[in-house]
This record gives sequence, structure tokens and C-alpha cells, in this order.
Amino acid sequence: MSTELLAPDGPSKGTITLVHLYPREMSIYGDRGNTHALASRIRRHGYTAEVVLHDPGTPFRDDAHLFMGGGGQDSGQARVEADLEAIGPTLASMAADGVPMLVICGMYQLFGNSFHTVTGQVLPGLGILDVTTRGNDKRMVGPVCVDTEFGSVVGYENHSGSTVLGAGQRPFGTVRAGYGNNGEDGTEGARTLNVIGTYLHGPLLPANPMVSDALIAVAAERATGRPFEPEPMSDPLADEARSRQVRRLVGTR
Amino acid sequence: MLRTAAAVVAGKTARVLARRRGGGSAFPGLVAERIDPRILRHALSDVRGGIVVVSGTNGKTTTTKMLVALLRAHGRSVFTNPTGSNFTRGVLSEMLPQLPLGGRLRSDMAVVELDEAHAMRFIAEVPPTHSLLLNVARDQLDRFAEIDHTADLLARLGAASTEGVVANCDDPFIARAADAVDVPVRWFGLDASIADRLPELTEHDARFDDGPAPRDPGPGDARLRPRDERTFDVVFDDVVVGPVTLQQRGLAAMINATAAVTTARLLLGEAFDAGTCVEALAAVRPPFGRGEVVMVDGQPLELVLVKNPAGFGVALSTYGSTPVATMVAINDNDADGRDVSWLYDVSFASLRERGVALTSGVRAYDMALRLHYDDVHTDRVVPDLDEALDTFVATHHDEPKRIFCTYTAMMALRRTLAARHGLAHFGEDGPA
Ligand SMILES: [Zn+2]
Repeated sequence: MSTELLAPDGPSKGTITLVHLYPREMSIYGDRGNTHALASRIRRHGYTAEVVLHDPGTPFRDDAHLFMGGGGQDSGQARVEADLEAIGPTLASMAADGVPMLVICGMYQLFGNSFHTVTGQVLPGLGILDVTTRGNDKRMVGPVCVDTEFGSVVGYENHSGSTVLGAGQRPFGTVRAGYGNNGEDGTEGARTLNVIGTYLHGPLLPANPMVSDALIAVAAERATGRPFEPEPMSDPLADEARSRQVRRLVGTR
Repeated sequence: MLRTAAAVVAGKTARVLARRRGGGSAFPGLVAERIDPRILRHALSDVRGGIVVVSGTNGKTTTTKMLVALLRAHGRSVFTNPTGSNFTRGVLSEMLPQLPLGGRLRSDMAVVELDEAHAMRFIAEVPPTHSLLLNVARDQLDRFAEIDHTADLLARLGAASTEGVVANCDDPFIARAADAVDVPVRWFGLDASIADRLPELTEHDARFDDGPAPRDPGPGDARLRPRDERTFDVVFDDVVVGPVTLQQRGLAAMINATAAVTTARLLLGEAFDAGTCVEALAAVRPPFGRGEVVMVDGQPLELVLVKNPAGFGVALSTYGSTPVATMVAINDNDADGRDVSWLYDVSFASLRERGVALTSGVRAYDMALRLHYDDVHTDRVVPDLDEALDTFVATHHDEPKRIFCTYTAMMALRRTLAARHGLAHFGEDGPA
């Protein structure tokens, strides 16, 4: 475990503790960029970002305000299993209490009810999101555009697991280009309270800062007990990068 | 025999036709292979001095070029696949013009560079006598592969080698793979004096808690000991090859040279001569896109191909000591890797002080955004590559320039440079 404090340029409005779960084992395809984006945006909003890298077997920060978890290879997932089982109940109760969390790809699957491997094994998940994932021979790879309550979100998916939402489970968004959860029902990701699970790498947050802000707003309130006090911000590069991808993937409409 | 001859003729014919049409380099090999599926095995059956497969994520092309130069400087005739045609049929296509109708190559040795997946196809056909295992890193080109899978393929290549393996002792994946083989292993790596630069070069192996245990060099093992940015020694227990000065800069090229020298010594045995090595390495020109310099209106412009986080990181640290006007061009076609996520696994902090003049390519805005998150200022974002190149040259006319670019961006930039600045005709190197 390591901790880094990033202070804003002016006076700090408060300290937001951001935990990246298993950065070594579960951060494939630039997922670290999400933590980077969150921390830098927390600072630019005038708050101090305390970034905690949580490694297996180290003390768990159950006082954190925001969580990020990424995708991993099988070997990475195997190495976090025991730790995740240990911290799972705490994570679940924090999620139920409204703590914002962003989980990508492998960690999204682990946040679901269970994972069924190609060979018929059933691996239990944390059950924070009501989703079930089945291993697949078909790999779903490519650029994605999703309509969400935050607007159009772009990213890149790369997964063989095929995820199905439970009856009452809300998706993160609706697929406009790409496969999404399973390539069939048009859903992408899952959203319960302030937990977002998604397959989108890219990484997700840098090009979609409105998702960062939604997560940070909740975290800031929890950290300070006061409503979020954002700084006005323009994101010309992110907006241009995103809208160009939207135009490439779904055309102009 | 007749069948082989027929295959050779058909392949040669296909090659001539393909060349005339300006077509791809795999096709003639495919034609010959259809007629005689064993043609590759036949072709290499009289090569007695060693069949070497060079593999790994980064540095294959450079290392292969260096190894071939070393062997040739020692008077050996060597077959190789110089166009970076990184696949079995490409190897065969390259071989066809030199192949007599009997179908057997008349060379002392063969050195081929193959990516991990194609190395598997090659060893299924031809057991190599030796393999040179360079490194394992994440590569966005290989969209399906997990790094563990890549490591496993290289371990299989090592295990298939009948006489010897040369392995990077500083790469945890390679070290584990080579430890498991039955044939003798020669190790190359960094000298203890520069061990602190290791993180720039290697990927962490998340499968295990500890990195590879430090190992003392034995007979035939070599360590890289740099003297400065360009000059270094390759140190064996009984002989020092050096000082070596390469035409290419940086630690990665030095490591490649160390790997090549270690392999050459294993192959040449008593005939190995340190002085010959120094001369041969000094004469090796950088392969396409590896620090190649083009003169534009009297100022050097360096083209640096970037294709994965480890490679980009090494390139940034190599050039970091001499900051110049910088452009970064990122495309996301198949040959570039369609996923640009990997840019977030690279630290751009070394560009912070000087800033970046331009970003360009299809993902120009994503690149500028990436730099922004590392507090690196970008002066202009110009997605069109030609326009970006013109602007770059015009705004930084009287100073040295450098362009980091992905594969298809580099191809486009080279075409434009050739048309406007008289750049010599260039080869057809693949995104190796
Ligand atoms: Zn994924």
C-alpha cells in the first residue's frame, strides 16, 4: 500500500480519499489513467486528493470516499482473490451506503453475483451489482460509444466474458456502437446507487470528464459533509476527443 | 524433390508478380507452401551452423540486424528476414530468390526474427538450434494476448531449441522461461552499476511476488556496462567487447547489442573475436523508424516509432537528455493498435519542461489530452499529418526536431518527407 497527497494550488476545500484497488494486478490497458484523471480533477476542483494504492494483504481503508478498480489478466485476478474476499463485505456495505465506485472490466465482473467459466466452474462474486458473467469463446473487442445519463460516453472494450443484468438491474448505458455487456441486448455496464461497473477502457474517465465529476461530487460531499463546490472548468481537449470518436462511431445525428 | 522444385518455381514466380504489383510479402510464401507444405523445413535442412529464432516484444528488428552483422563480419553466410516480415510465410518469401531448385538454402546460418505467435508456427515446422529471448511487454498490437500468454509462448520457443538459449536475465518473464529449459542457457543483462535503470526496461511480473533473483554471470554470459550515452562495453568473464559506439542512441539499443554479442559468441565459439564485433556493431545502421534521422532544410528530424508502453517509455528516457522540438502522431488503425488506452501506461513527465509543439494523427486530441493529464503543454493540435508536418517544420525551422509516431502515422509522414525533402526510397518494414 502506498499513499500520495495531491494538494490544490489554492486553499483546500477538504481531503478526498481515493482508493485504487490492486493497481499492480488489476490495471490493464491504461486503467491507471482513471485514477490519474480523478486525482487531477479533484485537485482542479480545489480539493486535496489522497490517493491510496491498495495491494493484496495490506490494511484496507474503510474510511475512503471513492474507489476505482480495473481489469486484469487471469493471473492478476487469482492473486487478489483472497484479499477481495476479506474486504468484500466491507466494500459491499460501503457501496450500499452510497460510496461512489468505478469498476472496469475484470473488477466489474468480480463485483457481480458470479462468473461461470467456459469449463463450467462457478466463481462467486461480491454481489454488489446484480449481474452474472459467462466465459465465452467469442472475444468482444473494439471502440464503444454508449448513451448514458451523463451523455455520450466513449471508450474501448476488450473482454470475453458475456454479462447479463438481473431483472431489476439498471445498466450504465445503452450501446450505440460496440458490443457492451453481451453484444445482444444493447446494454452496457451496470449502475447501482453510486457504483458504476463497465467494460470501457480507453481509459474511461479522461475523455469523459462528466463521469469523473459525478463520482467526485458524491465523494466530496461524503468527505466534507458539505455540498460539492466545483470550480468552473472547460474541457476543450476531452470534448473534442470524445465528440470526434462519437462522430466516427455513430455519425452525426 | 520434384514437388519441392515446383513449389520453389511457383513461389519465385509469385514473388516476381507480387513485386510488379507492389503487393504484400507473404503471398509468394503462401503459394510455395501450398505446393510443398514442408518447403521451409527442406530449405533449412542444409543450414548447419545454426538456426536462430529471435523473439520478444521489443527490439527484435534491431537485435536481428546486429546479430546478422556480427556473424557476417566473422565470415559466415547468413540467411535472415531483413524486411521485418515477422511471420513464417514472410520468411519463406524472403528466402525464395536465394533458393536453388533443390530447395535447400546454401547458408552457414539462419537468423530469423519472429513475434511470439509466429515463432510457434515456425518451430512446428523447423526446430531451431538456438533461440534469443529478449523481453516480454504489453503490446497493444496484440489485442487478444495477455502478457502471461506471451510469456508462455516464449517459454515454448526456448523449450523447442535443440542446442542453446540466450536469455535476458533482467526480464522476470524471460528468466523464468529460460530457467526451465534443458539446453545450456547464456544470460545477458545490465551490469550491477546501472541496475537502477532496470524499471525503464522491464514489465513487472504480477504472477509472482518477487522479481528474478540476481544471478552471477557465468562463462559465456555478458553484462552491459555503459560509458556514456552512446558508448559501452559488453563484459564477459574473460573478455571485454568494447568500447562499442552504435549509430543508434540509448539503453535499449545497447541492450540489444549485448544480446546480439552474447548470441554471436555462443554460435561462433572459438572463432568469436571482440575487435571484429566492435567494428561490425559500429557499422549497423538503425532499422526503419528506430531513431532514423532525416535532414530537413539543414536540421535533423528524428523519427521514432512507438508501439507499446515499454517502448514509448524507453524512447522518452533515451531522448530525454537532449530535449528538442517534439511532435507526437497517434493513429489507431489495425497496424497501430486500435486501442489507445496504452498511452496512459506511459509517463510523459520528461516532456513537461519543454512542452510538445504538436500532436497529430487520428487520435491527435486524445494524445493532447493525455499530455494535459501529465501537465505537458501542447502548442497545437493538428489531426491532418501533412498539415501537421508542414506546421512543425515551419514553426521550428532552425532547430533539431523529433517525431514520436505510431506505425501508420510514420508511414504517412515518411511518404511526405520523401516527396518534399528528398528522403531516399524506403523499405517495407512491418510494424515489428
Ligand atoms: Zn477489458
